[in-house]
Amino acid sequence: MTTAAPAIELVGISKAFGSVQANKDISIRVMPGTIHGIIGENGAGKSTLMSILYGFYKADAGEVFIGGKKTAIPDSQAAIDAGIGMVFQHFKLVDNFTVLENVVLGAEEGFMLGTSISKARRVLKSLSEDYGLNVEPDAKIEDIGVGMQQRVEILKALYRQADILILDEPTGTLTPAEADQLFRILDRLKNEGKTIILITHKLREIMDVTDTVSVMRAGEMTATVKTAEVTPAELAELMVGRKVRLTVAKKDISVGEKILEVKDLSVKDINGVERLKGASFDVRAGEILGIAGVAGNGQSELLEALGGYQKATGSVTYKGAAMDLSGLVSNGQDRRSNGIAHVPEDRQSEGLIMEFMAWENAVFGYHLDPEFRKGWLTDNAAMKTDAAGKMERFDVRPPDPLLKAKSFSGGNQQKIVLAREFERSPDLLLIGQPTRGVDIGAIEFIHQSIVELRDQGKAILLVSVELDEILALSDRIAVMFDGRIMGERRPSETDESELGLMMAGMTKDVA
Amino acid sequence: MDLLTLLLILDSTIRLATPLLLACLAGLYSERAGIFDIGLEGKMLAAAFFSGAVAYTTGSAWLGLLAGIGASLVLSAVHGIASITFRGNQLISGVAINFLAAGLTVVIAQSWFKQGGRTPQLVGDARFEPITLPFADAVKDIPVFGVVYNELISGHTSIVYIALLLVPLTWILLYRTRFGLRLRAVGENPASVDTAGISVVRLRYIAVLICGVLCGLAGAYLATALQAGFVKDMSAGRGFIALAALIFAKWRPWQALFACLLFGFLQAMALRPDVLEQYLGFKVNAQLLDALPYILTVVILAGFVGKAIPPKAGGEPYVKER
Repeated sequence: MTTAAPAIELVGISKAFGSVQANKDISIRVMPGTIHGIIGENGAGKSTLMSILYGFYKADAGEVFIGGKKTAIPDSQAAIDAGIGMVFQHFKLVDNFTVLENVVLGAEEGFMLGTSISKARRVLKSLSEDYGLNVEPDAKIEDIGVGMQQRVEILKALYRQADILILDEPTGTLTPAEADQLFRILDRLKNEGKTIILITHKLREIMDVTDTVSVMRAGEMTATVKTAEVTPAELAELMVGRKVRLTVAKKDISVGEKILEVKDLSVKDINGVERLKGASFDVRAGEILGIAGVAGNGQSELLEALGGYQKATGSVTYKGAAMDLSGLVSNGQDRRSNGIAHVPEDRQSEGLIMEFMAWENAVFGYHLDPEFRKGWLTDNAAMKTDAAGKMERFDVRPPDPLLKAKSFSGGNQQKIVLAREFERSPDLLLIGQPTRGVDIGAIEFIHQSIVELRDQGKAILLVSVELDEILALSDRIAVMFDGRIMGERRPSETDESELGLMMAGMTKDVA
Repeated sequence: MDLLTLLLILDSTIRLATPLLLACLAGLYSERAGIFDIGLEGKMLAAAFFSGAVAYTTGSAWLGLLAGIGASLVLSAVHGIASITFRGNQLISGVAINFLAAGLTVVIAQSWFKQGGRTPQLVGDARFEPITLPFADAVKDIPVFGVVYNELISGHTSIVYIALLLVPLTWILLYRTRFGLRLRAVGENPASVDTAGISVVRLRYIAVLICGVLCGLAGAYLATALQAGFVKDMSAGRGFIALAALIFAKWRPWQALFACLLFGFLQAMALRPDVLEQYLGFKVNAQLLDALPYILTVVILAGFVGKAIPPKAGGEPYVKER
């Protein structure tokens, strides 16, 4: 088998978007019948490279060889013809079409649809059986879960007789159980002779399923190694370019009094659907309560209600006094002045104003404080000086208060929000998805900052869909599913598989 | 009400619904592909003028029809270039087309015919004549069926029959063919079409040009079939009524037919206040009757008729991520 031509060989691929060099002279060989991982931080150029291979972007320079033959890929049709299928991170499905219609789209036989659909039904049935890709052919996409939607994407590629399957961050929206199922499917595909390229930023996935792994950093391919011959720590170092601590150091401190007590908190959305269904828990001083769960199970509504911009029912007590849950504008202001800081889940739409400069963003919510006022005017000079100091201390790069928020990378945007909220030394911190879309290097810093705040005896409510993050930081873990708290665990008493089951709604705690 | 009066009202319902139906189907193709088009009105108006002018000059209604379609296609292409190629704002492009058509038709008409911004009266072959369907005379004495066939179904111009045939045709095209599947997909999620190896730009241009052809038919019908010549602003908001009908029909062809017939019926009733007075027992204000279709339009557009979910990618230019 060693003499076989590579399934894919890329030689000298370069691609720039404006002044940003997304891919620099990248060469890579992927051997047939293997699972080849491509790992790298956000913005390292992994997705760009694969989009070039799929004909979604045009490379500025470089050549593509498929099965040893030089192949031009000017558009997606050419990639499909060359036997390449791609499952994008954000699925490319038509929501109000059925599974069958989505599979057939673009691969119809003849002008009338009837024969195409019935053929697709037949082929889909046998593909489903062959690879364990269970789908409902006549269900609409909007009515099925993400796990099945992903299987539809895989089936789309197989229906087009793809031999090479590219998956871009496939586990981002899956529960651990669904991810395991996906990896079993990938294994089966590999055994049938398919070649699989798996793009991810999760070290664990690379270690678990790939045969070979290529590491990308800042648009360049830094290494390609056999997975069996490398450790996670070495991979992390290759990704970031320096040594990274993958664990978080925490002091043992004794927890203090109850800071936040939540009882039967419920939230209905604008359509009257109950999103949060009677959540109850408490957070004490000096502890981090981690809320785990797959995105969309009520965590966002929980944070919004506690943050004061979502109407809720039930009762919330903060330092012994009842909180106003009306969701009126004044709520947020009250909470800040009482020492509650909030780092929202979506920094780009809730945490920052992208078109505003860093110094403005670094003061929002606290702009009415006396130190930032000159009579009834704002003291912009004081705000800028303050922002420059915060950016320095939180290692925001570049440390320029006059840059617009949108000019910073995801990690640095997040650091601006953290600097604003942390430097007030709040008694309670509400923090959602602190490291979503943030590089490993910045993750290390953010995790450290959160733990430092806890070590100072502050209460922290952490909401994250990253189970690794929850396990690394939390003193206690509560799992949410379908708007309910499924149960609480201590990190030392549980593991990923138990939490994963609870995230999927299965637990012995709830009758 | 005697059968004949009813038939007369329904007959004019069909005649008045035809331009609405054509414009509504035109909008359906464009909007299903994700290109919102509030320029239906302008395209109809331009088509009405050019069909009237060419029909008068050449003496042929069919040549007039071709000229009308041509004029409408030019405006469609402008809308396509602005909103597909240059990814501009589709509403602004549509508004511009409406203004352009409203102004240019009158100016050109004045300099061409010097009759105060209208074309001369069309006579003879310059107009579409009613077609008598086979056996219409033979069956006219059979009770009910014969009368209905003779009075209501037979005796319309060819464009009316084209419009009616377009409804099932559009349905088949939309739901039973490859083209329809792709058209609907490109209006919902263009990225799905793009990654399936199909050109989003090409599909959308095809949709916009179909829209142009149908608006051309609608405009030509106004000037060379419904009336005998072009007059200023003769589209009279029909493009907007058609849009309301499209929303009412939730972008589906059969429902579009019924919505347009409803609007056509209201317009027909406005022409026969005497009938209404006879049955209601009091006189209905004529202006109110005239305004009814427009009032219904406002009510529909304000969203009082259930939830209408437009094609998801409608109005948004397609840009690949980044």
